[in-house]
Amino acid sequence: MTERDAIAKPWGARTPFRPGEPWPDRVDIHLAGGVDPDDVQRWVRTASMLHSNGDAMDIAVVDGRIVGVRGRVEDRVNHGRLGPKDLYGWQANGSQDRLTRPLVRVDGGLVETDWDTAMDRVVTRSTQLLDERGPSSIGFYTTGQLMAEEYYTLAAIGHGAIGTNHMDGNTRLCTATAAAALKETFACDGQPGSYTDVDHADVIALFGHNMAETQTVLWMRILDRLAGPQPPRIVCVDPRDTPVAKAARDSGGVHLAPLPGTNVALMNALLHEIIANEWVDPDYLDAHTVGYAELRAQVEGCTPEWAGGICRLDPAEIRAAARVLGEAERLLSTVLQGFYQSHQASAAAVQVNNLNLVRGMLGRPGCGILQMNGQPTAQNTRECGADGDMSGFRNWANDAHVADLARHWNIDPMQIPHMAPPTHAMQMIRYCEEGSIGMLWVSGTNPAVSLPDLSRIRSIFSQDRLFLVVQDIFLSETAQLADVVLPAATWGEKTGCFTNVDRTVHLSDKAVEPPGQARPDLDIFLDYARRMDFRDRDGQPFPAWHDAESAFAAWAASTEGRPCDYTGLSHERLRAAPSGIQWPCNAEHPDGTERLYVDGRFWSAPDHCESYGRDMVTGAPLSPTEYRALNPDAKAVLKAAEYLPPHEPPGPEHPFVLITGRTIYHFHTRTKTGRAPELQAAAPRVWVECSPADAGRLGLTDGDLAEVATPRGTLHAHVRITGIRDGVLFVPFHYGYWDTPGGSAPDGGPGRAANELTATDWDPVSKQPLFKTAAASITPVEGGQR
Amino acid sequence: MSKLPLVLRELHRSETSLARDLLAVADRHQVDHEIFHVGRDIAAWSQTHVRLLSEIGHDHGLELDPAPRWTVPALSSLTRRLSTATVHRPESGLLLLADLRRVHRKAAGVSLDWELLAQSAQAMRQGELLALAQSCHPRTVRQMKWANAHLKASSPQIIAS
Repeated sequence: MTERDAIAKPWGARTPFRPGEPWPDRVDIHLAGGVDPDDVQRWVRTASMLHSNGDAMDIAVVDGRIVGVRGRVEDRVNHGRLGPKDLYGWQANGSQDRLTRPLVRVDGGLVETDWDTAMDRVVTRSTQLLDERGPSSIGFYTTGQLMAEEYYTLAAIGHGAIGTNHMDGNTRLCTATAAAALKETFACDGQPGSYTDVDHADVIALFGHNMAETQTVLWMRILDRLAGPQPPRIVCVDPRDTPVAKAARDSGGVHLAPLPGTNVALMNALLHEIIANEWVDPDYLDAHTVGYAELRAQVEGCTPEWAGGICRLDPAEIRAAARVLGEAERLLSTVLQGFYQSHQASAAAVQVNNLNLVRGMLGRPGCGILQMNGQPTAQNTRECGADGDMSGFRNWANDAHVADLARHWNIDPMQIPHMAPPTHAMQMIRYCEEGSIGMLWVSGTNPAVSLPDLSRIRSIFSQDRLFLVVQDIFLSETAQLADVVLPAATWGEKTGCFTNVDRTVHLSDKAVEPPGQARPDLDIFLDYARRMDFRDRDGQPFPAWHDAESAFAAWAASTEGRPCDYTGLSHERLRAAPSGIQWPCNAEHPDGTERLYVDGRFWSAPDHCESYGRDMVTGAPLSPTEYRALNPDAKAVLKAAEYLPPHEPPGPEHPFVLITGRTIYHFHTRTKTGRAPELQAAAPRVWVECSPADAGRLGLTDGDLAEVATPRGTLHAHVRITGIRDGVLFVPFHYGYWDTPGGSAPDGGPGRAANELTATDWDPVSKQPLFKTAAASITPVEGGQR
Repeated sequence: MSKLPLVLRELHRSETSLARDLLAVADRHQVDHEIFHVGRDIAAWSQTHVRLLSEIGHDHGLELDPAPRWTVPALSSLTRRLSTATVHRPESGLLLLADLRRVHRKAAGVSLDWELLAQSAQAMRQGELLALAQSCHPRTVRQMKWANAHLKASSPQIIAS
């Protein structure tokens, strides 16, 4: 077991291994100062809640307090390792400023109250809206940080009991394109690959994925392969010179730094080269895919010279990258926000799927696709139907699927809205803006910092006619604008399950009591349901379950026959297992399933699939008939896409392309990581990155204060001169106002939240907002503090 | 004498009109961001079609404007201001439905015009014209489906609220 300075050495010491060998164990631990491992009274099983990797860990408890964490050596995901946010982030649970009592708005201010008063306000407004304006006047906006039991319950309440189509998660901001890309190619969500593909791959390609900072433990796995015999080559697509980019160069691979907003042009050129050089697998294409002729026709003219002009890359670099990808024998591709939050998000992410498919690189060790998630429980939001999907990967356009869900819930199928796709978050915000949603219930997320164009978002949330309920563990920027604030329990204070990127389900047990009157989100949702007196067809209380274990059992039962089959799992089974188990897990696969689509059998049969797909440019859903004609035999669909120029190109006034993103030390809007001393000290304030050439031209030096502006707003940030490509600025999106005098907004002066600058625009297929294509300017602030 | 020039002229007119309409709808619904952005993206398809029709028109003795005036600038800025002014009012939803309905009808007309062109090109063994119709027509159908899909997704909220 090793204690290390995980700020200075985020990835720790190397444990090299060769291809096909198991990843060696290395147990990371961090305990509060003065606590010895022998002092720990209980170790309680859980997994990480501060990123999407799903690292298994145990919480150390002394006298009813969390005092540290230790990686679980038995777990397939991390073999004992933990990242910096895992090691330090738990301290936020014990913060003095946790919400401990409900708050209600009285005379313009928030005042403490009791649960009955707060819930009565929520119930009164819900009932009034349902009576006067019907279910479409109520919306739910949840997160990627609750647990499966809570999402399933929320979905049952929203889609079932109330019957509103307006339910989404902030997973819309992080993982919607991952889901959309999988649905377009495989007609169903569900991660094809496994983390163990890292152990076997000879080429690992990371598309817009700074894994070194976003999934530190998976990156340790790659670093250990790179340090061992027969290391893989890395291909990195990123406009920033990240640790991944450096590894690409050092490994004999390629780093491509395209201009933001041009990913589809680049991908089409890579596919062009792969096809032109006959690096395709014709047998795989023939047996397992449809759409190859269209794809070939689409990329035919997309030469490296053509793409080089658009992406501002040397065509020779594109050719070199294509050669590495084309000659790979075991190719693992991963994708994250550089694609998902950029222009033509889904079209670009789908081309990565196409890359692996045309090369026949799927379903075998080392041959995988990881369409990554941003948040720890994003997978569950999707599976359970709390994010604009139907529970159990059911297809909203398939009446039989809706009827099947209604049977599980014992309600009338007509009660479940399915006349159109479930409303996505940005559209719900629009409905709040124009007034047709009268109540928005936000749980576990902070849209007043995380959504684009914050001055618009603040003005929408501040409307008197919108009744805003916020359920959270801190008085976030969003909570400060609420009419009712409900104090929630968090990770370590409640029991539930969640699932990581590669379908590994972990049980997270309650270690300590929540502070004050804070309650688990599950209890709050169920309390609301009982107070609203929701009933099923037989007049019984709905939802029929009453605690985490019974909620999980109901959820698992509802997945029978669906791709995300949890019927072999229960709290008891997960507690008895050495550690996490990958779904599908059922009678046929009692120990779970490592890789999907082994032998190229897809879940895309028209009657079974989750989605019939969408037009890659217009986003219009395909009709069931169109889909049946396209893919009657349940193959993977190669979807071609044309490149379109970004919507906000740089111009004379705003000559830069602004991208926003993350740092290794913070998560989301910093509500937890900003309250962990080591993490906060490691990245205490917002910064802006620009290239040496741009800085030199503008007279900026490292540490200068600069003003960054777009047509939406401005912020002040300190300059960091980095290896980012010329013409591009980067601002981390974590910083809001809760720890500034402004509280929920800039205090008169310049702002510091990256989303003051971002535009309201989203991918038409996945509906994921675009955070990486705004036109911006940067100027020195005279006399600014260094 | 062949009536092909007539078909081409009509197609040029209807594509121009569809492009203008898509741009105008985008402007009118600037606060419905997907309508604004995607409306402009797919208006570009019609603009490209107009240019291609103008190019091929030369071979058939036609002078078709490759880049007609797409918007009336003063009107365009006015509709944008109007669109922003009604940002907090649900009534703009009804206007959106009417606009989408009109785009759908117009695109359906253009689709039929491409059908006419493809059929006659085939009959008259005009390979280039047939290829043009085959490459452009699918995009017209996608424009139509876009309008249909948005109508489907937005009408429940607009009508029910």
